[in-house]
Amino acid sequence: MQDTTTSAVHVSLGQAFWQLLRRDLLLTLRRGNEWINPLVFFVIVVSLFPLGIGPGAKTLQLIGPGVVWVSALLATLLALDGLFRSDYQDGALELILLSPHPLSVLVLAKVLAHWLITGLPLVLLSPLLGVLLHQDSSVMWVLMATLALGTATLSLIGSIGAALTVGVRRGGVLLSLLVLPLYVPVLIFGSNAVASAGMGLAVKGQLSLLGGMLFLALALAPVATAASLRVSVE
Amino acid sequence: MGGGVRGDLKAVNRVVIQGLEARELECFRGETLLFQQLSFTVRSGEVVQIEGGNGCGKTTLLRILGGLGVADEGQVLWDGVPMPRSRPELYSQLAWVGHRDGIKDELTAIENLQAAQAMSEHAKDVDFSLVLESLGLVDRDTIPCRSLSAGQRRRVALARLAVTDAKIWILDEPLTALDVAGREQLQRMMVEHAQMGGMVIYTTHQHLPLAGCDCKSVVLG
Amino acid sequence: MFLWFHKLGSPRYFYAFARIIAPWIALVCATTMAWGVYQALWVAPPDYQQGESYRIMYVHVPSAWMSMFVYMVMAVASAVYLIWHMKLAGFVAQASAPIGAVFTFLALATGSLWGKPMWGTWWVWDARLTSELVLLFLYLGYMALHEAYDNPSTGAKAAAILAIVGVVNIPIIHYSVEWWHTLHQGASVTKMGKPSMPASMLVPLLVMALSFKAFYGTVLLWRLQAKILEREYRSKWVRELLTGDKA
Repeated sequence: MQDTTTSAVHVSLGQAFWQLLRRDLLLTLRRGNEWINPLVFFVIVVSLFPLGIGPGAKTLQLIGPGVVWVSALLATLLALDGLFRSDYQDGALELILLSPHPLSVLVLAKVLAHWLITGLPLVLLSPLLGVLLHQDSSVMWVLMATLALGTATLSLIGSIGAALTVGVRRGGVLLSLLVLPLYVPVLIFGSNAVASAGMGLAVKGQLSLLGGMLFLALALAPVATAASLRVSVE
Repeated sequence: MGGGVRGDLKAVNRVVIQGLEARELECFRGETLLFQQLSFTVRSGEVVQIEGGNGCGKTTLLRILGGLGVADEGQVLWDGVPMPRSRPELYSQLAWVGHRDGIKDELTAIENLQAAQAMSEHAKDVDFSLVLESLGLVDRDTIPCRSLSAGQRRRVALARLAVTDAKIWILDEPLTALDVAGREQLQRMMVEHAQMGGMVIYTTHQHLPLAGCDCKSVVLG
Repeated sequence: MFLWFHKLGSPRYFYAFARIIAPWIALVCATTMAWGVYQALWVAPPDYQQGESYRIMYVHVPSAWMSMFVYMVMAVASAVYLIWHMKLAGFVAQASAPIGAVFTFLALATGSLWGKPMWGTWWVWDARLTSELVLLFLYLGYMALHEAYDNPSTGAKAAAILAIVGVVNIPIIHYSVEWWHTLHQGASVTKMGKPSMPASMLVPLLVMALSFKAFYGTVLLWRLQAKILEREYRSKWVRELLTGDKA
């Protein structure tokens, strides 16, 4: 202010993207161990199944892919509600909405941060759970690959739901109602790929379908999320 | 926007800017009419205060002007182009301090400023600690904003005005929780901004004398 | 033509239009329903495999068709509402949702009733029934989101976005469920396995389908009239209509 002759520097879209990503990762880091909760939830839910069904290796091997996938899906959902909520509550979301940069790209930065915090650890943790459910060790890489493609898609689709419910009191339950039906295709192809791999069948088809869905979500979801955010803050 | 940013800005200052225009706005909250047939303009160098009692729609009006809300009738125009078509143009020139201050508790004041600057298009090449210092915040680069007082948080929010090169400021109750020194500093900033050809739209319940600039007021209710 | 469309888009004219047209559509619905039900239950011959129980098809199939059709109407209306800010289109989407949900529920219920004599169980994870179930969830989500907002126009916009997201997803869901079903198919029998249906069975089905459409049209128009009065009560013409009937 004393120095009124300071020059203006253009902020590129890439810088805005990177700074927002960095900000969200930093926030998670500063919030301590909060990010671990969905992971713990994931592990607990998976370990409940043998308790509910019985420890028979044959059964667990059969239901394993589905169980891991459904649990991963629920864990993603659990973390999703916080995607925009804290920014909405403290007003930081307004600053993002009032940015001249394309909102869909900024949204993508937030979703990417969200996936790095919740999705990626799930992927890395999944072989451990595969072992608990007597999955063949050769299946593990398929499990990880499908979860990597799938959780990214889930985060993208989920961001639409999170944006639509951010202005709603107790939006969390509503969010699951909106988003879970949309998760059906990812669940089907994801768990099926793992099951097929367990039976020694080819999984290339399922993987490419999951990849295709990821690209479709990548192209469309940020636009829908951006539009939803503008509506929600009204 | 290549290397000649500074030159461009000078050129912009010389041309007459049409600025922001509200045209026959009408807005309801539930069943109560907040305002109707509300028209006014904000041109380069003008400071506009939105006046009115509690609950008469000041914040609602500011949100409509900023494109965060929608009026039931009427239009908001930026440089003659109606919103939301002019959104990128308006937002590249807008600095906003809202009702909720937009400060992240977990980040330090400097990190908050960094994040806010990244969301703008024209960042001012200034030293963040100097800006914070001029607002009376010293040594705030290590402490997360959670441990700041309400007035200090407000100052951090107002510091955002100094780190981007925005032409129009929209401030919702900027004086809330500010002490006398803070208020005087804000006064200076607003006057200076207007004198340099900027625009300010703000609301307040307190008396804020602004000498040396073109002041208007819009009364609601 | 465009002018007419534009005029019709204003709630006031649409209200008058709906008032005139609704009784006629109701009449179409009633007559086709009466004839269709008579044909379906008494005239059409029993199926050589399923006997009399197949007759539930005359409710099940049109309901299933309508459940999809209504969602498409909702999505198109939502898009029109978001793009051209046409209030009436928003009303159409909103008014359609519960009707569509009921059709979906009806398709599920009749499908399950049909399943009992066919497969000896109330529920099978048949591809079509599963798709219908997911569709029902989509409808419920749409309505819940709409209700969740205090400001009706915000709720309408949010729900409109959801409807469009849903319609992009429906084909993906549909094909994934179909694929999933063929993969896990055990000894289940496809309901519509026969390549062709005799005209005596098919014609009543088509008439019933028409009747269901007319039913949707009638209920939609009624709901729209109520919705218009409810949402436009601030305007002068509604007051005039309600106090001294001028319309």
